[in-house]
Amino acid sequence: MAGSAVQGEPVPLTGPLPPGARSTGPLSVYIHVPFCATRCGYCDFNTYTAGELGASTGPDAYVEAALAEIRLARETLVDAPPVSTVFFGGGTPTLLPPNALGRLLAEVGTSFGLEPGAEVTTEANPETLDAAVLSALLEAGFTRISIGMQSATPHVLATLDRVHTPGGSVDAARAARAAGFDQVSLDLIYGTPGESASDWRISLDAALSAEPTHISAYALVVEDGTALSRRVRRGEMPLPDDDVLADRYEVADAVLSAAGLAWYEISNWGSPCRHNLAYWHSDDWWGIGPGAHSHVSGTRWWNVRHPAMYAKTLGEKRSPAEAREVLSAEARSDERLLLGIRLAEGLPVTCIPGDSAAAGTRVAELAAEGLVELPVAQSIRLTLRGRLLADTVVHELLR
Amino acid sequence: MTNPAGRADLHRTVQALIRNFCIIAHIDHGKSTLADRMLEVTGVIEQRNMRAQYLDRMDIERERGITIKAQNVRLPWHSPGDGKDYVLHLIDTPGHVDFTYEVSRSLAACEGAILLVDAAQGIEAQTLANLYLALENDLHVIPVLNKIDLPAAQPDLYAAELANLIGCEPDDVLRISAKTGQGVTELLETVVRDVPPPSGDPNAPARALIFDSVYDAYRGVITYVRVVDGELSTRDRLLMMSTKAAHETLEVGVISPEPVVRKSLSAGEVGYVIPGVKNVREARVGDTITSATKPATVALGGYRDPKPMVFSGLYPLDGSEYPALREALDKLQLNDAALVYEPENSAALGFGFRVGFLGLLHLEIVRERLEREHGLSLISTAPNVVYRVETESGGEVIVTNPSEMPGGKIARIFEPVVKAMVLCPSEFTGAVMELCQSRRGSLTAIDYLSETRVELRYTLPLAEIIFDFFDALKSRTRGYASLDYELSGEQESELVKVDILLQGEPVDAFSAIVHKDKAYSYGTMMASKLRELIPRQQFEVPIQAAIGARVIARENIRAIRKDVLAKCYGGDISRKRKLLEKQKEGKKRMKTIGRVEVPQEAFIAALSTSSD
Repeated sequence: MAGSAVQGEPVPLTGPLPPGARSTGPLSVYIHVPFCATRCGYCDFNTYTAGELGASTGPDAYVEAALAEIRLARETLVDAPPVSTVFFGGGTPTLLPPNALGRLLAEVGTSFGLEPGAEVTTEANPETLDAAVLSALLEAGFTRISIGMQSATPHVLATLDRVHTPGGSVDAARAARAAGFDQVSLDLIYGTPGESASDWRISLDAALSAEPTHISAYALVVEDGTALSRRVRRGEMPLPDDDVLADRYEVADAVLSAAGLAWYEISNWGSPCRHNLAYWHSDDWWGIGPGAHSHVSGTRWWNVRHPAMYAKTLGEKRSPAEAREVLSAEARSDERLLLGIRLAEGLPVTCIPGDSAAAGTRVAELAAEGLVELPVAQSIRLTLRGRLLADTVVHELLR
Repeated sequence: MTNPAGRADLHRTVQALIRNFCIIAHIDHGKSTLADRMLEVTGVIEQRNMRAQYLDRMDIERERGITIKAQNVRLPWHSPGDGKDYVLHLIDTPGHVDFTYEVSRSLAACEGAILLVDAAQGIEAQTLANLYLALENDLHVIPVLNKIDLPAAQPDLYAAELANLIGCEPDDVLRISAKTGQGVTELLETVVRDVPPPSGDPNAPARALIFDSVYDAYRGVITYVRVVDGELSTRDRLLMMSTKAAHETLEVGVISPEPVVRKSLSAGEVGYVIPGVKNVREARVGDTITSATKPATVALGGYRDPKPMVFSGLYPLDGSEYPALREALDKLQLNDAALVYEPENSAALGFGFRVGFLGLLHLEIVRERLEREHGLSLISTAPNVVYRVETESGGEVIVTNPSEMPGGKIARIFEPVVKAMVLCPSEFTGAVMELCQSRRGSLTAIDYLSETRVELRYTLPLAEIIFDFFDALKSRTRGYASLDYELSGEQESELVKVDILLQGEPVDAFSAIVHKDKAYSYGTMMASKLRELIPRQQFEVPIQAAIGARVIARENIRAIRKDVLAKCYGGDISRKRKLLEKQKEGKKRMKTIGRVEVPQEAFIAALSTSSD
């Protein structure tokens, strides 16, 4: 999860939530594990390698602090409902031993309770998944694995600084299915410098060969401050232009749909990840861990980014929140629209601000331009072209 | 050596003891410093009250080191040479080609001129032009080299150059340092000795030349005058000879250096008159003031209506500031008789004004004052000159805006031309000639001022020098060339109007009248600039440059296919929403042409000349 700093207001000593704010559910928990074996050149996530952290801020200290934050969350959300989804992201959560992940999950269960049939996902890199780990995760209560595959071609993986072999992810996904995980997802990246149309097709086919239930495909975003952005700036890595990215997306949509994985969000195909749907539905979630973001009934906050500072504040029984923003009604409604429009289930037209006649006109214009369709009454959905121009659609709807 | 009273005598002065003079100098050659030093040496200002460049009052003048409005000061001088008490009037002249007419009026108020030249740089074109103007006005010229204390000074070289120019001996050229004060007393003694006293008739009907006119919020218009004949007194009503309008003489006085009220001003004196009018148009520079009770029959010569030569559209960035812009222009006009404007409506830029200026500096100053003193944010369209168009049906159209160009049926088009003078080291002669040639110039004369310095005279279309000529000249001569020009009528030229079209819609702000040989390069330059500046839209946007119906250049902005950020999870949402809010703000500053949304920045960048 990107933890890029946004300007916010200071968090009061009483904690991140304003008086009277409470979660009426559904409630999700995100747990950020800020460790990676190596730093990939394109990644700007809040993650650290062993060499970047001293012993005192290593995994053990992190787990204790994260456990403390889960208990703090429970104290803050007085009448919270049981948790419906838990998602371990990173970083590389599976760098922690399965029993550590199990302890964190168990604490969520003890503190909040888990809904029957709750979805529990962990991200994983292929090199960290073997049969023993997979069965330990199942045992601990995990129901879903999301594997960072990125590409099946060696030169693209090399550009991205990924250490695994092209076949590793596919094998890991197969192993996860064989171990008994019903839900297995693979992440792909397109638009890496040097990636050809056929490289992309090879990656899609390789991913599908593992028979995953879910695939995410993202255009590579070159974030400021990454090693990749420096290489691009120096002219060593020409970026593909937007038209090439549009081509890649269209190919992905065609190939994945044909394989039975239908789009349900702009960058996601297959059996939906309920945790991520919570973000797009503007539900409540608490983010545990350094730099993690949270949202509870219109208040967003984010934790301090460094693991040492994170462990220190929790050690002192204080909230690790760094800053927060209490959203205005207008900001909440803008968010509902910009997130909800991303979904294939469609956006109720009641989410469009302004009077309904004007909203109707704007929708009609967008439909005439082939950007949205109205599959059911009172609800709009992006077309394929509209998915690629979702920002334009959002602007038009908020005009 | 200073007047014991420390200020000017305030009684009527006999003409034999008056000396009226000005300083002709290039920017940075030390005119204001010398004026400051004279204020000190004559004792009208004590050193501790001195602020640098006392006479340059406007902020912009002080910052740019130029004088826009003429100032004047009366200095008492007890001559150590002959022991007599003199009255010196120093009249400061504006220092830019746009204000040549104002310079000529200041010169007409004097009998002598100090030609002040930097001993490290030699004379510049503008100074030379003003020197010629002074000689034409029969002024006695005192050549002076300043900054002789600088290590880079070459006084012998430049003394020879000055002597050559005005026909004196190199030894006659005074050498001073205005900074240290060295030689300033000798200079004032030379003024007393060599500049002739005024020779008007003190008993004739009053005639006074207005050499400057400024608007003051409290007093109304204040005119600065040189009395030639007779006497101006608060007892008499006054008469403006060009407008035949009579006004109350509210106040007369002298500046020394603060205003000192007097009962009257008499022949030979320089001072101010407050006529009780609200607008500088009613008391114009160059006009003659006489007495309404005993008027003179013939005005002093040389009066001319100011004529705007360069036009540009000024538009508020924020359309709601249009009334504020109008108010600000109204205010500036009170103090600027040369400023003209009328409302204009551009499809691309909204409501604004077509504004006429004396030249580019005048334009820049007005724009800067509107932005700085009135807090406005403006877009200005590319400046253009005034064209005279003869139609086939025998009519005539004066075009101050390319969009007014009559469509078809044009018999002839005339454009204004200037006589330009360029001074440069002789090694750059070729480079300057090449530049002038490329700007449709024709060479009229080459003169060597010395072995190493050359004066080139060209006739050039005004339109070719208002854009970036001076910058191009400076860059081709490593900054050594200087330029001056004066208007010199008009010439018939093969000119065409080039329109720029977005999706087939002409964008009036980008239309230009150019020579037919340059139409293609203007069209391709503008089209490719816009292709870079206009963001991709949902549909393809053709950009065309056209003369009438004939397309001469085209570019294409491809339709945008993808704008969406691929990922949007919990930690991305705040960032994404803030981006959206920023973009919403940005949308407000978009101008829509047809269906094409063009950011304000694109207009500014496309209309600016600095990037290329």
